[in-house]
Amino acid sequence: MTILGLPSELWFEAVMFGILLGCFYAAVSIGLSVSFGLLDVPNVAHPAVMIVGSYCTWALWDRGLDPIVAGVLLMPLFFVVGVLLYRFYHASFEKRGTEAGVRGLAFFFGVAFIIEVGLILIFGVDQRSVQAEYIGSSLELGEYRFPYRMLVAFGVALVLTFALTLYLSKTFTGRAIKAVAQDEAALRLMGANPVRIKQWAFGIATGVSALAGAMLIIVGPVEPAMDRVYIGRTFCVVVLAGLGSMTGTLAAGLILGIAESIVLMHPDLGASWAPAVAFSLLLIVLSVRPQGLFGR
Amino acid sequence: MRFWIGALLLAIAAGALAVSGVNEYFFFAAYVVITYIVLATAWNILGGYAGYVNFGTPAFFGSGAYAAVVLFQALGAPLVVQIAAGTAMGAALGFGVGVMTLRLRGIFFAIATVAVVFIMETLMINWRYVGGATGLQLQRPEVMAPFATYARMLFFVMTVMAIAAVGIARYIQTSWVGRGLRAVRDSEEAAEANGVPTLKLKLIACVVSGGLMGAAGAPMPMYLSFIEPASTFSLNYAIGALAAPMIGGTIHWLGPVIGAIVLASLQQIVTVTISGEMNVLVVGVLLVLFVVLAPDGILGLFKRWLKSSSR
Amino acid sequence: MKQSRRNALKAGAAIAAASALPRFAIAQAGTVKIGMSMPQTGALGAGGQAALLALRMWVDEVNVRGGLLGKRVEFIVYDDQTNPANTPGIYTKLLDVDKVDLLIAPYGTVPTAPIMPLVKERKKLLMGNFSFQVNAKVQHDMWFNNSPWNDASSWSDGFFRAGQKAGAKSVAILAADNDFAQNLANGARTLAKKAGIKSVYDQNYPPTTTDFSSLIRAIRAAKPEMVFVMSYPNDSVAIVRAVNEIGLGPQVQIFGGGMVGLQFTPIMASLGSLLNGVMNYNSYVPGIKYPGIEDFLKRYSARAKEAKVDPLGFYLPPFNYAIGQMLEQAVNGANSIEDAKIAAYLRKSEMRTIVGPIKFGKDGEWAQARVVQAQFRGIADKDVEQFRQIGKQVVVYPDAYKTGDVITPYDKARKAK
Repeated sequence: MTILGLPSELWFEAVMFGILLGCFYAAVSIGLSVSFGLLDVPNVAHPAVMIVGSYCTWALWDRGLDPIVAGVLLMPLFFVVGVLLYRFYHASFEKRGTEAGVRGLAFFFGVAFIIEVGLILIFGVDQRSVQAEYIGSSLELGEYRFPYRMLVAFGVALVLTFALTLYLSKTFTGRAIKAVAQDEAALRLMGANPVRIKQWAFGIATGVSALAGAMLIIVGPVEPAMDRVYIGRTFCVVVLAGLGSMTGTLAAGLILGIAESIVLMHPDLGASWAPAVAFSLLLIVLSVRPQGLFGR
Repeated sequence: MRFWIGALLLAIAAGALAVSGVNEYFFFAAYVVITYIVLATAWNILGGYAGYVNFGTPAFFGSGAYAAVVLFQALGAPLVVQIAAGTAMGAALGFGVGVMTLRLRGIFFAIATVAVVFIMETLMINWRYVGGATGLQLQRPEVMAPFATYARMLFFVMTVMAIAAVGIARYIQTSWVGRGLRAVRDSEEAAEANGVPTLKLKLIACVVSGGLMGAAGAPMPMYLSFIEPASTFSLNYAIGALAAPMIGGTIHWLGPVIGAIVLASLQQIVTVTISGEMNVLVVGVLLVLFVVLAPDGILGLFKRWLKSSSR
Repeated sequence: MKQSRRNALKAGAAIAAASALPRFAIAQAGTVKIGMSMPQTGALGAGGQAALLALRMWVDEVNVRGGLLGKRVEFIVYDDQTNPANTPGIYTKLLDVDKVDLLIAPYGTVPTAPIMPLVKERKKLLMGNFSFQVNAKVQHDMWFNNSPWNDASSWSDGFFRAGQKAGAKSVAILAADNDFAQNLANGARTLAKKAGIKSVYDQNYPPTTTDFSSLIRAIRAAKPEMVFVMSYPNDSVAIVRAVNEIGLGPQVQIFGGGMVGLQFTPIMASLGSLLNGVMNYNSYVPGIKYPGIEDFLKRYSARAKEAKVDPLGFYLPPFNYAIGQMLEQAVNGANSIEDAKIAAYLRKSEMRTIVGPIKFGKDGEWAQARVVQAQFRGIADKDVEQFRQIGKQVVVYPDAYKTGDVITPYDKARKAK
C-alpha cells in the first residue's frame, strides 16, 4: 500500500531518519540560537567556529581520543574563546551604539573568512574525517536499521536542548540571560551588569559549538570552506524556531529534517528538490508568521 | 550637471580604451571589477541607505544571468536585449521578495534573502533547458564593430552600465526617496509615525537594487561563454556586494564605487600573484579592519582627514 | 609552496651542475614558458595540489635533462579556486601578459569549460586535464586530454559488463547534481537502456546533502541488482558509510561505479574497511604494468610528504606527469614549439608515457579508453601503506589489465579477503 506515493512501510523510516537528521540540525544550530536568538549578535561566524571545533576534534582523535570525548573536552576552551570574541565585538560595536547591525554582520563575515584561511594554512584543503566504533555501523531492530552516528547526534541534541532550557529557566544567570534579551535597562536597574551576562552567554554558545563541531565530523567529512553551507542552514533553523527558543530550535530542526528526509526518500518528488523545500518553508513561515513558529 | 559631464567623459574614455591597443587581459580583469562596482552600488541602495542587509545578491545576479541565457538560447537575442531581460528579471524578483519579506525586521529580511538564493539555485539545477546542473557552453556571436574582441565590447558595455547604476544611486540618495530611506534606517517607527511611506520606499529600493543586480549578471554568461548554477549563485557575489560598501563607505554613492575598486582589484591582483586562499584572507582582513577601525569606510577616513587638516 | 618550489629548482640545478650533462650547457639559450591555472583551493583543491606536484616534478626533471629544444622550461601557475569565473581572466593573462608558449588546462571539467572558446579563438594547443567532454561542443582541433576516458559509456561500460556477467538485470542510478556526475549519468542511462537493463531507481541528489540514510533506504526498497553511483568526494564518503549502515539488500551484485574521491588517499584511509566490496572506477591502481610508473610513484611519494599532499598519488599525479611527457615527446618530435606543429605530431603519433601508450582520436580524447574498474578487498582500518599492495584494489576491467575476477554479490565481496 502506498500513502501519497510513498510505500507505507517506508513512511515510518522516512520520519525516523528525519528525526535523527533534524536533531543533528538542532545540535549544530542551538549555539546560534543563544548568540543570535537571545543576544541579537549576528554571528555568521558560528558555523566557522564549529568547523574549528571539528578540526580540533580531528586533531585530538588523531592522538587517540574518542571524538565525543574530544568535543566535550574542547568546550571549556571554546567558552573562553567565545568570551574573548564577544568582548572584542562589544568594544568595537555595541559600546559605540550606532547601527551595529550591518557592520557587526560584516565583522563576523570577516572573522569567518580568516578562520577558513587559517584552517587551510594549518590543515591543508583535504577533507578530514574520523573513525570510531559508531561510524559505519547501525542499530538493528528487526528489519529496521538506524546509523549509530546519527543516534549520537540525536542524543547530543536532546541533552543540549534540555540542559540549556533548564539552565535558562531555573538558574539565576540563565534567567538573567533571558532578561538581557528582553530588557537590558531593567536588568541594569536590578544591579546586574548586562555586558558580563552577555559575554557569559556568548561563551556558552561558543562552547556548545565545540561539541556541535564534533558532531559534524562524526556525521560526515569536514573541509575548511564547509561553514558556507551551514550559514544558511543554521540561521534557517534559528529563525524558523523563533528567536531564542531552545525547544523551538529542536522543533524547527525536526521539521526541516523530516521534510528533507521525506523528499529524499520519495520516488516521485525528486531528491534534488530537497534544499528548496527547507528554504521555501522558511520563506512561507516568515511571511505568515514573522516571529517564527515558536517565537514570543 | 558636473556629474553627468564627468560620466560622459568616462564613457568616452572607456570606449577609446576598448578600441585602443591596451592588453586584452586588462579588459578581462576590469570586467570583473566593474561588475562588482554595479553590484556594490545596487546593494548599497537598500543596504546602505535603508539599512536592510541583502544576502541574496547571487539570487538577483543569477536570475539576470539565466534570463539572458534563456533569451539567447530561444531567440539568439543580442546583448542589449539580454541585459534588458536580466534587469527586468532582477527587478521582478526584487518586487516579489520585497512584498513577501520587507515587513520583517532587518535581520529577518537578511535571512529570507539567503533562502531565495538556495531556492533559485535549486530551480536552475532542475531546469534542463538552461543546462541544469551540467551547465551550458554558449557559442558567442560575432563581435560588433568597432570592437576587436568580445571582452573589449563587454568592458565598454559594463562601464556604461556602471555609470548608469551610479547615476541612479546618486539620484536616489539626493531625492525624497533617499531622505525617506535614511529615516527608515535611523528609526523605522519614527519614520512611520511621521507619515513616511516606509514600505513603499523600501519596495522601490528593493526593486531598483534587484534590477541593477540582474543587469550586472546578464552579460556574465557571454563573458564566460558558459553558465553553470553552482558558480553563478556563488556566495562570493553576496560577500563582495556587502564588503565593498563597508570598505568604501555606505552613506555616499561614491563609497561602494571606491570599495569595489579597491577590493575587486586587490582580489584580481592576488589571484595572479600570491595564491587563492590569500584571496579569501584579503576580504576577511579588510572587512574586520574597516568595520572596527573605520566604521564609515574610506570616505569616512577621508572626511576625517579633511576636517583635521582644515582646522 | 613557493618556497619549496624554489628549493626544488635549486636542488635540480645542483644535480644538473654536478652531473655536468653536456646538453645543459646549451640550455641557457632562452626559455619555453608553460602556463596553466590549477584549482588549489575549493572543491577540487586537494586533487589539484597533488596533480600540480607531479607537473612540477616533470618541469624540474626536464630542465635537468637540458630543457625543451635546449631551452629552459619556465612554469607559471595560478590558483583558480575551482571557480570557472576565474579561468578566462587567468588564461588571458597567461597568453597576453605572461606570453606563455604552451598551455595546460586546469584539473576538472567546470574550470576548463569557459576557456575552450578562448583557446580555440587564439588557435592555441591545450593539454586537457581530467575533464570530461568539454570539447564535444567547441570542437577545438588542438585539444588533447590526458584522462583515460573518452565518451560517457567508456566510464560505465566496465561496470555494467561486470554486473551483467553476474546476472544482474536491474540498476539503481544515484547521481550528484553537478555537471560531471550528470554527464556520466546520462551516459549510464543510455548504456543501460541499450543493454536491456531495467532502471528501477534514478535520482539526483543535491550536493549539500548531509545524511544519505533516506536515499540508501529508498534504493534498498527498489531492490536493484546493480547500484551505480556518481558522486563527489564528501558525498562518496557519506554514501559508503550509509551503505554499510543501512544496507542495500542481498540481491545487489555490484555497488560503486563513478564515485569520485575513493581514489584519494586521505579518503581511502579514513573509510578503511568500509570500502570492502565497493567496485569503483579508477585511473591507475597498483598491479597495472605501465613502464616507469612505479619509479615515478617512489619519487612522488618522497616529495609529497614534504608538500603535504596526497601521499600515494595514484589517481591524478601520474596522468599530470604524462602531460609533461607528452609535451616533451611532441616538442622534440616536431622539433618546434609552435602549437600547430606540436598538435600535428600529437595527432598522428603514439605517445609513450608512464600511464601507458596513448593515441588520440579525432576529438582529442583517447582513441582507446582505459578507465579501470577495481574492487576493494581485504582493506583494514587506519592504514595508508596497505594501498600500495597489489590486490587491495583488484582490477576487473579492462581485460588487458585484469588482476582478478569480480566477486559478487556485494555482500559476499564485503567479507572477501
